[in-house]
Amino acid sequence: MFKSGNWQNAIDVRDFVLKNVRPYDGEGDFLCDATERTDHLWKICLDAISEERANNGVLAIDNETVSGVASHAAGYIDKDKEIIVGLQTDQLLKRAMKPYGGIAVVEKACQEHGLEVSDRVKDIFRNYAKTHNDGVFDVYTPEIRLFRSLGILTGLPDNYARGRIIGDYRRVALYGVNRLIENKKLDMLGLTGPMNDERIRLREEVAEQIKALGELNKLGEIYGLDLSRPAQNATEAVQWVYMAYLSAVKEQDGAAMSLGNVSSFLDIYIEQDIQMGVISESFAQELIDQFVMKLRMVRHLRMDAYNEIFAGDPTWVTEAIGGRLADGRHKVTKTSFRFLQTLYNLGPSPEPNMTVLWSPQLPEGFKKFCAQVSIDTSSIQYENDDLMQCTRNSDDYGIACCVSFQEIGKQIQFFGARTNLAKTLLLAINGGRCELSGKQVIPNIPELKSEVLDFDEVMGNFKLAMREVARVYNDSMNIIHYMHDKYYYEKVQMALVDTNPKVNLAYGAAGLSIVADSFSAIRHAKVKVVRDEAGISTDFVIDGEFPCYGNDDDRVDVFATEIPAYFNGLLKELPTYKNAEPTLSILTITSNVVYGHKTGATPDGRAKGVAFAPGGNPMHGRDKSGAVASLSSVSKIDYKDSLDGISNTFSIVPKTLGVDKEQRKENLVSIMDGYFSKDAHHLNVNVLNREMLEDAMEHPENYPQLTIRVSGYAVNFVRLTRAQQQDVIARSFFETI
Amino acid sequence: MLNVHSIESLGTYDGPGIRLVIFLQGCNFKCLYCANPDTIAYEGGKSYAVEELVQMAQRQRPFFGKRGGVTVSGGEPLMQAKELIELFRRLKEEGINTCIDTNGSILTSASKTLLEHTDLVLLDIKHIDGSKHKKLTGVSNERTLAFADYLAGINQSTWIRYVLVPGYSDDPADLHALGRRLTGMNNIEKLEIQPYHKLGVHKYESLGWPYELSGVSANTPEQLNVAKKIFEGYVKEVVVN
Repeated sequence: MFKSGNWQNAIDVRDFVLKNVRPYDGEGDFLCDATERTDHLWKICLDAISEERANNGVLAIDNETVSGVASHAAGYIDKDKEIIVGLQTDQLLKRAMKPYGGIAVVEKACQEHGLEVSDRVKDIFRNYAKTHNDGVFDVYTPEIRLFRSLGILTGLPDNYARGRIIGDYRRVALYGVNRLIENKKLDMLGLTGPMNDERIRLREEVAEQIKALGELNKLGEIYGLDLSRPAQNATEAVQWVYMAYLSAVKEQDGAAMSLGNVSSFLDIYIEQDIQMGVISESFAQELIDQFVMKLRMVRHLRMDAYNEIFAGDPTWVTEAIGGRLADGRHKVTKTSFRFLQTLYNLGPSPEPNMTVLWSPQLPEGFKKFCAQVSIDTSSIQYENDDLMQCTRNSDDYGIACCVSFQEIGKQIQFFGARTNLAKTLLLAINGGRCELSGKQVIPNIPELKSEVLDFDEVMGNFKLAMREVARVYNDSMNIIHYMHDKYYYEKVQMALVDTNPKVNLAYGAAGLSIVADSFSAIRHAKVKVVRDEAGISTDFVIDGEFPCYGNDDDRVDVFATEIPAYFNGLLKELPTYKNAEPTLSILTITSNVVYGHKTGATPDGRAKGVAFAPGGNPMHGRDKSGAVASLSSVSKIDYKDSLDGISNTFSIVPKTLGVDKEQRKENLVSIMDGYFSKDAHHLNVNVLNREMLEDAMEHPENYPQLTIRVSGYAVNFVRLTRAQQQDVIARSFFETI
Repeated sequence: MLNVHSIESLGTYDGPGIRLVIFLQGCNFKCLYCANPDTIAYEGGKSYAVEELVQMAQRQRPFFGKRGGVTVSGGEPLMQAKELIELFRRLKEEGINTCIDTNGSILTSASKTLLEHTDLVLLDIKHIDGSKHKKLTGVSNERTLAFADYLAGINQSTWIRYVLVPGYSDDPADLHALGRRLTGMNNIEKLEIQPYHKLGVHKYESLGWPYELSGVSANTPEQLNVAKKIFEGYVKEVVVN
């Protein structure tokens, strides 16, 4: 039935896809609506979600059971209507405890919802078992603690699971669990002496993986599924892949636990069943709808404080859709469309985090369909497939977390949160002291000689400060990932990855636009420091004009490209745990607001406490030349220096994209073709509806370049007065009805 | 050197596809409803060399798609027709689509040369009735209509733009009259109705100018529909922007 290949001799899912994928060049006209069963199930989910919201964001917590792959009895939405089954616990939206990250965090999360962790579990984790969090804080240095408490390093995964590892969940469908166990046992036999630290650790890890695969078989049994053998048809393929993913989110509560790139793999089974006349298109869509519905129901137990860094209870079930193969064919299949169609059948949603791997070479029908779905739902993000494929040398990859490349089954990633470059700049200006607390953070940064900032002097100090921050950041990463492996190892996910995979260490940086604009101000205008009696900067007085990042102006964009390159270079010099390859991201998620709070006034004229622009975005209100110039500036940041990804959030109102639906689609396709052909990496596309505009009024920093056009007049929405904004909201909706 | 008021890199309403829109400083009309009154004065603005703008267009070119390009608007761009010739000649040399958005009041030999390098003209006709035109813009419409005739004569691809101001330019009789005047001009591909809006009012305040249309409210969908129906009797494609 399937075309033969190396995938039969070895664990090689890529080869299976390569040999059997059926690229689809057409449009979305074949797609089906949700079935009655799907509608029925989704209604139950929606009710549960609204109950959850009404109940302070958490519907129920199991405070007795420590979650594991096979820890809970079967749970259903409505058993008879489900063609794809499986929940994390025995009840829809009930959250489970995963105390290996840290028992205190679990206790706090329970208490915030009026519950106590059961005495038994408390006793075990307080008195007998050690957690990741315990391990990290046992060895943290005073220096790391200081950097952490002052907000120079923020969101470190030292009290929650690191996530970002993607198991190759396809393997369970293609090979069945037993074959994977056999294979791991063979690997184990090959892991012979000399028995040094590394070798012993690896042997123990593989042993854990083999046990976890046994647990995965048990999870199948709980739901009456025989996962030990390969999937025999489309329904089983979807079910097997989902069970594999479910086992991961039962064992771990990683910040981001991506799905990978399963859609075009599943398409092979689906198209085969359709061709054999076993299933209809409607049933095929139902499979995907029900799969996606389950993915939307994934929950983790979090403390309220977690919301500051990752707002909105995200899980980042990221699925990479489309892209091309190294042989020039594309990987767009009908199931790529079916995944996107769930945004209509089940309505828009942040999860799963649908990520289209874009290339101008993708078929026009698919590109237009993506644009249409973006315009209708604002639920898709895009990444540059051509760029990642040629830079990272793989055509079988998923997106870890938000934006990060990860070759599926061959590589993993150590998540490293991010550091605050704007605050680092202030250390450079204040002799190494924190501008808010006055504490000495870095020794040996020379005091500046004059009140008026001198470019070379500040840049010299900034480089010194970056070097120290890189060193402390690296120390913290090595500690965190050592301890995570030791106390909260991702057994089941790693069982679905090759033994001893390549590891990328995902560092991150926030505040790039502020630093770039600050150096532009220092170079092109006159910036005077205002200092308090202790000599610490409290404000900056700028005399003269300076170009701002986001206007396609090389005089400033050069700083936005050179600074990540320099910082990345510093990180690359440092030794890493497990020889991980350092990679840097320009990404903030929602922490741009928290970073702003923790950072004093900066030389670009930003006041103390003001939120940063997210990711690689220009500061809001400063990209005054329109969206294309702004996109062009961001596209200059070199992916090679920020291999973990460069995030850009693009928000536009439908009317600005063009006068009618067809033109909007065409223009959005042109924007993405243009942006990605300039070697840009990532784009979040928001085509805004009323809710978003209202949100933009409350949080303008999140909508840096929201443009509105009302015949012949273009304006940046966030620069309008409140009354005008209200007027526009009323007008836009009046016109679209 | 061109005197530029501002530049919008994502233009989606001033010609086909995605366009780099260069708004020039200075206008010879003073329309009552002008949404960009800060572009009217000849002074102010920022000087750009032609080559600077060509480079900008080249950098932006990947975004243009199949139909986009550069549009020069204003202000009244033909006030700087002579300087624009070189810009458009260079853009055409680079294979970039060119478009001009004009009130059609300046038909000099420089304008005529410029049109030789122009792919599309967006011709704003403010009113068909001479005296009402004068009331709205401060000048008569004779030269604009002659410009339309000239464009028809050289078979220049043209879109007509018409701002529909309630109580000022939406009398059905006037719309019919305009439609009749355009009949037979086969170079006209489209007519765009531009709804009236007040988003530029705050600019009048900062300029210290009175805003004379403060009593006029935005078009209702019905008003726009009526105008669209009327124009559809005369022009092959009518859109409401």
